[in-house]
Amino acid sequence: MLAPSAVTQMSGQAPAQVVLRLDGLHKSFGPLVVLRGIDLAVREGEMVFLIGPSGSGKSTLLRCCNRLEEPTSGAVLVEGRDILGPKVDLNQVRRRIGMVFQSFNLYPHMTARQNVTLALCKVARKSKAEADVIARRMLDHVGLSDRIDYYPRALSGGQQQRVAIARTLALEPRIVLFDEPTSALDPELVNGVLGVMRMLRDEGMTMVVVSHEMRFAREAADRIVFMADGEIVEQGTPDAIFGAPRHPRLRDFLSSLGTV
Amino acid sequence: MQTFSSNFLNWDVVQTYLPDLLAGMWVTISLAAIILFCGLLGGTGLALVRMARLRLLNAVIIVFVDVVRALPPLMLMVVAYFGLPYLGVRLTGFAVACIVLASVLAAFTEELLWAGLSTVSVGQYEAARSTGLTFLQMMGSVVLPQAFRLIQAPLASRIIATTKNTALASVVAVPELLSQANTAQGYSGNASPLTAASLGYLVILLPMVVAARRLERARGAI
Repeated sequence: MLAPSAVTQMSGQAPAQVVLRLDGLHKSFGPLVVLRGIDLAVREGEMVFLIGPSGSGKSTLLRCCNRLEEPTSGAVLVEGRDILGPKVDLNQVRRRIGMVFQSFNLYPHMTARQNVTLALCKVARKSKAEADVIARRMLDHVGLSDRIDYYPRALSGGQQQRVAIARTLALEPRIVLFDEPTSALDPELVNGVLGVMRMLRDEGMTMVVVSHEMRFAREAADRIVFMADGEIVEQGTPDAIFGAPRHPRLRDFLSSLGTV
Repeated sequence: MQTFSSNFLNWDVVQTYLPDLLAGMWVTISLAAIILFCGLLGGTGLALVRMARLRLLNAVIIVFVDVVRALPPLMLMVVAYFGLPYLGVRLTGFAVACIVLASVLAAFTEELLWAGLSTVSVGQYEAARSTGLTFLQMMGSVVLPQAFRLIQAPLASRIIATTKNTALASVVAVPELLSQANTAQGYSGNASPLTAASLGYLVILLPMVVAARRLERARGAI
């Protein structure tokens, strides 16, 4: 297991740029401490899985990265810039950090295409025609070219989640955060979404994923970060985490899931 | 029967006062248009301000909304028209009617919209914010359209009620449809202008009522 900072400092082959870096991140909700000093660096093109028991702070960690939750203390750096600073244009930062939600959160009064074009027009300031072209391309990319003008209620959960991914990708984010993207899906729809995520990884997209899909994590992740009680307890390659877990909490967690 | 038709359906009388009645109808329509525009906009604005959750400001909004909804609009109008001049504020009847009825509509709109906004799921707000939309963009494109859809049936009946309430302006000397009909009735000693005025109200309101029903049906289909 290498500390990510050590990786970037290694001489030799040029290390990939750190896209997202968390330094000493703390988050409390009132008296409840959810994150107690998280240090994490995610490099360009890396797919990092956050795993851990429920309540361990995985989702909160993810939501601190685009300030859907305000960290109590610590730093969040995106491409080297602290996004917690007072002069930060948060909306432009958020454009560069995509987020995919457990419950999709598509806009129900808009078609798939309109879901994708909204932020393109309003935030990225594309013309309607440009946004339309991008929306088509993105929906095609996630395999929904025949559902462009469907409303969310006419789409399956898996299709809705893929529209949500297209909506995020359209803004050309530097990193995409996935918050349990398949947890709300019927089992037979999970693979379509995982397939899209695998495709994104192969295209070099930087991703941080909170997920309970351990089989997928083992197969697709570059690094797995195990959290418990608001701390990173152990991290490493999938083989190391699943094959040779060292920390007792991690062993307990993995055995509670049964065989992976 | 003969007496009824000569007193209520007398075309000659109506014809004599038709220009006045049409002028009254125009005043009613302008009054309604201004009140609906200001009231809906004001109510939306109040709901948006309330979303900022500033304690003092919210208390002020809630008191305003509750008081205005509790008082009879006619009383508010009379007090404003006959009472304000003693405080040195002299407003025309038209202005009083606009301000009072728009405030009442704003109060109801705020209350309805507030309920509608709280039923829009948190995930909608988060999805909008996570793609970099500003607060106003998020409200305008994502949240308000959904909230208005949720409250469109009660809001439509409120809009209809407000339009009918423009008749109250006759009490503060606004020459709107009912006031013109009353005057004509007084001069002619015949009630037919009132019959004509009710037809005028039907012309204005029936399309709104039908549209409201359509909305409700469309909502049932979703």
